[in-house]
Amino acid sequence: MTAGLIASAPASPASAGPAGRGGRRRRPSPAWRLLPVVPAIVLLLIFLAGPVVWSFYGSFTNASLTGTNAQNPAWIGFDNYLRLFSDPVFPLSLWLTVVFVVASAIIGQNFLGLGIALLMNRANSAVVGVVGTCVVAAWVLPEIVAAFVAYAYFSQDGTLNQILAALGMTGPNWLYSFPMLAIVLANVWRGTAFSMMVYRAALGDVPIEITEAAMIDGAGGAKRLFLITIPMIKSSITTNLMLITLQTLSVFTLVWVMTAGGPGNQSTILPVMAFQEAFRFSDIGYGTAIATVMLLIGAAFSIIYIRALRPSKG
Amino acid sequence: MHRTVRLAVSVLAATSMVALVGCSPTAEDNGDAQTLKIVYQETDSFTALDTLFTKIKPEFEAAHEGVTVELQPIQANDDDYSTKLALSQQSAETAPDVFYEDTFRLRSDIDAGYLLNLDDHVDGWDDWSQFNEGAKAAGMGDDGSIYAVPLGTDTRAIWYSKPILEAAGITVPWQPESWDDILKAARAIQVSQPDVVPFNMYAGKGTGEGTVMQSFYELLYGTGDELYNEDEQKWVVGSEGFKDSLEFLKTLYDEKLAVTPAEALDANVWKKVFGELFPQGKLGGTVEGSYTPSFWQEGGSYAWPEYIDDMGVAAFPTQDGDAPQGVSMSGGWTLAVGAKTKNADLAFEFLTLALNQENALWYNINNSQIAVRTDVASEPSYLEANPFVEAVTDLVSVTHYRPATSDYPKISAEVQAATEAVITGQLSVDDAAAAYDAAVEGIVGADKVTE
Repeated sequence: MTAGLIASAPASPASAGPAGRGGRRRRPSPAWRLLPVVPAIVLLLIFLAGPVVWSFYGSFTNASLTGTNAQNPAWIGFDNYLRLFSDPVFPLSLWLTVVFVVASAIIGQNFLGLGIALLMNRANSAVVGVVGTCVVAAWVLPEIVAAFVAYAYFSQDGTLNQILAALGMTGPNWLYSFPMLAIVLANVWRGTAFSMMVYRAALGDVPIEITEAAMIDGAGGAKRLFLITIPMIKSSITTNLMLITLQTLSVFTLVWVMTAGGPGNQSTILPVMAFQEAFRFSDIGYGTAIATVMLLIGAAFSIIYIRALRPSKG
Repeated sequence: MHRTVRLAVSVLAATSMVALVGCSPTAEDNGDAQTLKIVYQETDSFTALDTLFTKIKPEFEAAHEGVTVELQPIQANDDDYSTKLALSQQSAETAPDVFYEDTFRLRSDIDAGYLLNLDDHVDGWDDWSQFNEGAKAAGMGDDGSIYAVPLGTDTRAIWYSKPILEAAGITVPWQPESWDDILKAARAIQVSQPDVVPFNMYAGKGTGEGTVMQSFYELLYGTGDELYNEDEQKWVVGSEGFKDSLEFLKTLYDEKLAVTPAEALDANVWKKVFGELFPQGKLGGTVEGSYTPSFWQEGGSYAWPEYIDDMGVAAFPTQDGDAPQGVSMSGGWTLAVGAKTKNADLAFEFLTLALNQENALWYNINNSQIAVRTDVASEPSYLEANPFVEAVTDLVSVTHYRPATSDYPKISAEVQAATEAVITGQLSVDDAAAAYDAAVEGIVGADKVTE
C-alpha cells in the first residue's frame, strides 16, 4: 500500500486543482483540460505529421519538378512502388543501407561507445577529460563540417594517405576504392560520442555495492561485465540502439559530401538514392516513394527495439 | 435643400478623402510589388553574368522610378542551380521575374509552366531581328512560341597543348582525322612524357552534362548514330555507335591515357583541367567548350596569359574520318521571364536591357560566348577577343544540339551512368549499353524507342 502511495505521489501535483478535488481515483478528465497542449499538438501535426502525410501522398503521384507533371501531378497508384521494386539499384541500395546501419551504428558506434565508457569509468580524470573531448568534438561539429573533415581525411591526397606516405606506404583512394568502408568509419567517428555519453550515464547508475558484492563472490572482470553490468544497463542499451539506428538511417550529408553515392552506385544508401531521384532527376513522386520505404524500415527497427525494451520494464 | 446638397457634397468629399487615405497603403503595396527578382547562377569561375547584372541594375532603376531590381545569384553547380531554380518556381512568392535558364531544360520547364510566353513582347522589340535564326529556335517551345532569349551559344572542340604535342613528335597545328589519330597521338605522348595526362575526356556522373556535351556526344554523333531520332521522335537504343563510343572511353581510361577514373568522377575535375593540368603543362589535350578562353584570359578564374601561344584548337573528328570530318555540340543559356511574374512588361524590359547590343557584346567577349546577335558577331572587338574565336565559330557548321524534349535530362543521366560503369569497370561495354537501353525504355516507354 505504501509503495502504491509513493508511486502515485509524483502524479498528485498534476491532479491538483478543481478537478482533482473529487478524490484520488482516476476519472476521465474533461476535454477542456487538454486545451493547454492543443497548440503543441497542432504544431506537431503541422510540422511533423504534415510532411510525412504529404510525402506519403506524393509517393502515389507522378509529381515532378519539371515537365508537364510539375503542373498537373496525377494519381498513379502504386506505380512508383512497382517501379522501385523492379529498379536494379534498389536491392543494392537497400543492402548498402543495412550494411551501413549495422556496421557503423549497431557494431561501430554502439560497441566503441560502450568500450570507451567502460574504460573511462576506470581511468583518471585527466584521461577522461582528454578522451571525452576528442570523442565529443566530432559530435558537436555541424554535419556538413564533419563531412568535409571526413572527406579531407579519406580523399586521395588527404590526411590519411599523407600519414601513410610518411610511413612509406601508398594508400589507395579510399573514397573510390573502398567507399563503404570510408563512410562507415566516418559515421563511427562522428556518432560514437552519443553512445559513449548514454553509456557513461547508465554505468554511473549501476550501484557500486552490487559490483563489489560480485567481486567478493569471486566474479572476474568479464563475468561482472556480462552478468552484472550489461543486464543492469539493458534498457539503456536498447534505447541507445534505437536512437542510433534511426539517426544512421537518416544520414545523408556525410555520404553526399564524401562520395555522392559513388563510384557507380557503390555507396548509394537509400537517402542518397531518394535525393538523387527527387532532386537530380526531378522525380518528386519516385523520391517520396523511396522516402516512404525508409520510413517503414525505421518503423520496423523501432518495433523490434520497443519489443526488446518491454520485459525489462516489468 | 441647398443645405442638404452642400452637406451631401461635403460628406462625399470627406468620405472620398478617407477612401483615398485608405487606398494609399494599397498604392504603396503596388509600389512594393514593383520589385524585379532576377535569379541566375554564379560560381567562382562564372561571374560574368553577375557583373553584367550588377552593372545594369542602377541603370534600370534610374530609368524606372520606384522599381527595385533584386539580384539573387545562386551559388551552385549547374545541377544544383536547376534544382534550386525549380524549387523556387513552386510558389509565386519565391518565383523569379527574370531568370537564367539552360537551353536543354527549356522545353521541360515550359511544360511545367514556369516560363512566360514572350511572343507578344518580342514582336514589339526592335532588336529581335538582330538575333540569328538558330538563336530564335533555341528559345522556342514545342508550340512554336518564343519563351526565352539566348545570351549566346557555344561549340565544343579539342583543346591541345602545343608544347606537349611537339615534344611527342606531333606536328602542330594538329587536326586528327579519326578516333585512331587521337589514340595514336595520346599513346605517343604517354611514351615520350610519362608524367603527362595524354588526352582526357570526361566520363561519369560527377561532371554531369559536361560528360555528355564535352565527351560522349562528340563520339556518338561522329559514328553516324544518334541519341534521338527527330523524324520519328523516338529515342535510339541498341546502336553500334553507342557501344563504340563507350569502347573509346574505356580504351582511354584503361590505357591510362586520361586522368584516373577516381579523378574523373570528382565533380571538380574540370577545374583541375583548366586550373592545374593545362597551365602546368601536365595535359596533352581534352574536349572542351568554346568558352575555354574565358577561364584563362585576364580576369578569368585561372588567368594564364600564355594560353594564347601554348594552346591549339582542333575539330573533334568523326569515327573513321567520314564527312563532315568534324563533330561539335552546342548548347547555351538564355534569359527567360517567369510565368508567375506580376510585372511581365518590366521583366521583359530588363531582359532586353541585359541583351542589348552593348551588353551582349560585353558578355560574349567576357564569357567567351559565340554571339547570336548579328550586330555583335560582326563587331571587330568581338572577333579579336581571343585568337580562337574564328575557329570555334566555324564549328557551328558541324554542330549538333541536344534533343530538346522534357525527358532529355533523365536520359542524359543514364548516358552518364553508362560511361561511369564502363570506365570504372563495373560493367562491360555491352552490359552498360544494355542497361542504358533498358533504362531509356523505362523512362519513355517501349513505344518511344527505336533500334
